[in-house]
Amino acid sequence: MESAEPEPSGSRPEEEEEEEEEEDEEDEEEEEDEEEEDGALPPSEQPPAAMEDCLAKKMEITVSEAEKRTGRNAMNIQETYTAYLIETRAVESQSEGQCAPMDSLWRRYSEFELLRNYLSVTYPHIVVPPLPEKRADFVWHKLSADNMDPDFVERRRIGLENFLLRVASHPVLCQDKIFYSFLTQEGGWKEMVNETGFQLKADSRLKALNATFRVKNPDKRFTELKHYSDELQSVISHLLRVRARVADRLYGVYKVHGNYGRVFSEWSAIEKEMGDGLQSAGHHMDVYAASIDDILEEEEHYADQLKEYLFYAEALRAVCRKHELMQYDLEMAAQDLTSKKQQCEELATGTVRTFSLKGMTSKLFGQETPEQREAKIKVLEEQIQEGEEQLKSKNLEGRDFVKSAWADIERFKEQKNHDLKEALISYAVMQISMCKKIPSRVLVSPACSPLMALRILDSQGAAGKSHGLPVQHQDPPGAT
Amino acid sequence: MPISPSSMINQYKFEDEPELRDLFITVDDPESHITAIETFITYRVVTKTSRGEFDSSEYEVRRRYQDFLWLKNKLEEAHPTLIIPPLPEKFIMRGMVERFSDEFIETRRKALHKFLNRIADHPTLTFNEDFKIFLTAQAWELSSHKKQGPGLLSRMGQTVRAVASSVRGAVKNRPGMFTEMNDYMETFSQKINLLDKIAHRIYKEERDYFNEMKEYGPIHTLWSASEEDIADSLKGIASCIDRCCKATEKRMAGLSENLLPILHEYVLYSEILMGVLKRRDQIQAELDSKVDALANKKTEKDLFSEEIGKLEDKVERANNALKADWDRWKQNMQCDMRSTFTNVAENNLRFYEENDVAELVQILK
Repeated sequence: MESAEPEPSGSRPEEEEEEEEEEDEEDEEEEEDEEEEDGALPPSEQPPAAMEDCLAKKMEITVSEAEKRTGRNAMNIQETYTAYLIETRAVESQSEGQCAPMDSLWRRYSEFELLRNYLSVTYPHIVVPPLPEKRADFVWHKLSADNMDPDFVERRRIGLENFLLRVASHPVLCQDKIFYSFLTQEGGWKEMVNETGFQLKADSRLKALNATFRVKNPDKRFTELKHYSDELQSVISHLLRVRARVADRLYGVYKVHGNYGRVFSEWSAIEKEMGDGLQSAGHHMDVYAASIDDILEEEEHYADQLKEYLFYAEALRAVCRKHELMQYDLEMAAQDLTSKKQQCEELATGTVRTFSLKGMTSKLFGQETPEQREAKIKVLEEQIQEGEEQLKSKNLEGRDFVKSAWADIERFKEQKNHDLKEALISYAVMQISMCKKIPSRVLVSPACSPLMALRILDSQGAAGKSHGLPVQHQDPPGAT
Repeated sequence: MPISPSSMINQYKFEDEPELRDLFITVDDPESHITAIETFITYRVVTKTSRGEFDSSEYEVRRRYQDFLWLKNKLEEAHPTLIIPPLPEKFIMRGMVERFSDEFIETRRKALHKFLNRIADHPTLTFNEDFKIFLTAQAWELSSHKKQGPGLLSRMGQTVRAVASSVRGAVKNRPGMFTEMNDYMETFSQKINLLDKIAHRIYKEERDYFNEMKEYGPIHTLWSASEEDIADSLKGIASCIDRCCKATEKRMAGLSENLLPILHEYVLYSEILMGVLKRRDQIQAELDSKVDALANKKTEKDLFSEEIGKLEDKVERANNALKADWDRWKQNMQCDMRSTFTNVAENNLRFYEENDVAELVQILK
């Protein structure tokens, strides 16, 4: 009998590309198609949609409001929570100047979590977009870590909208029915999700951890990817922590300048010649001190962009873990098959090649009868047959997983590079336009937040905005 | 590095006809002296002059803080209603600055240098005899000179009288001008003290900010090591942050070298001026009490009237001296404030050179 080895999980270049089928356009007459789709491919095997067909292109999705609610939770305890309003509208209905009203429903954060868990389990080969953080983290002192804080709620609203848009733009995820219902069906959605039984398909953490340690031959690319995502997570966490401290200090510098304002103003009252100079110096100090609020709000936006990729690192790791689990499963199945074949061989030839309890007991208590042996061999042969088929399909599954996972990972990498590059550059550009708010002759140290120094680009016409406050050439105090 | 007297012309913008200056003084080269009893620092005082009253055109002596203190007291005695420049404090309370730390010594040296130069530029004080002796006498000569003059007890007596009169509150015949000055100084003193505190606070905040930024930049570089496509953008930002740190350092240096010392000087000045106003009041009080006494004694009028005449002259001289010095002080104060703030502002304006910026833009895009 040939021994079946687990196939190495590296992908074979000679495999053909699947033809991508154009998925039928999904529109709001979705319900009619549902019957047809029974018996169709399970969600995780749907071929990806082309860019133009992604839900995001056909439907306007916003999370427009947040509202505090009180209600009874699962344990019948009164609690306060925030609900978010999801509004949707088909893009086509906006042609020719018509504007159809938006459909809307309210969801709370825990429902978003349920959706994401469902997607992670149902599409283990996809890097599923992360949700905004559950609790405020990396805060600096001015922001509170309270989930009910209006700033936090606002940033979370934006984060949730971003999440929905990411899912809706994903070629595979956007086609998911549960996702569509999440956006459009208010009642009974939770039940629908639970009926899919996805929780049963979830891999236990223990199993996953075990696999990580014991897998022998994972695809090297996934191992590298795991290292990368660990590094990414570590470096972004560090960055965000320090950034929070920098923001804190920057706030301090600006605010203390505000103290100058009042003193200059009071001093100007007793001076004749210097009076005007001191007055306007005081005014500038006040304006300067106030400008920090806008600056830090924009900085917070930058932090949020980084945070998204911090959480994406976790999603990447989840895909790697799934691969390791599948590979480990495969290795175990192959091992099992090999040992069964060996047993069969031993029984057939009567030789005992390896030490086994059976072997010992038969030596001690006498051999089995030929009939007994035949029966055993038969059972084993059946099992081996089954085992070989299973191994084959596991191998296939494994290869398919690697292929589709890697495709999504490539897509993710491009997205990440694009997004981060843009975030970094707009961070720089934002600082430049912030600088325009600061009068060119501030009398005492304007603190320079990270890229404010690029203000000189300003004079080369980079970000030509003007912000109301005139850039005066103010004579410092003392001018008569 | 010793500062040459000639380079000082650019440093100090005394608007009293700088071209006509004939006395140039530097204070430098602090040296530590250890004896059995104490350790102290002496400073080298170099004087270059073209004045006839000086036997030589160049002098070099060593002086310690005590000597400066002596000079200040002598000047105050001789000219009670002139504004004697501030001397750096004997001890620094703020922050645990070591008495002999390099930073402390350098700060003190600069302040002592300023002290002597302000005296040299003062139209009256510059011709003071004790000042001349301070600049020219050898160590032993100075010691023996110090021992002469009014003894300790009489000096104490003066202090007691000064305290006593100040306790009595506003003098009743004080001319309006001096009441205005008093009110002004009270407010000025309050404001300058606040500014001093705020400036120190800003320095501290800037320093904390700088420390955090120093950690912030390198993280981007670290990150760039695990990236390919965005590595350059990350390095670009690290570079920006680094330059930002340098700019912050420059600002901090500007604060500690210009703004903080000036504000501190004017905090001391406000105390000095309050003292001067009190002494003027005291001289006036002497006159007033004699006048009151005269009103009660019809006889001995002639005797008293001569004394009163003398006192009236004294009061008038004191008032005029103070008025002139006050105007001069205000001018200097405005000049100092203007140049200090401008200096600090200029420090802040030039962050990047043009070509550095172009390079950064390239990297980021």
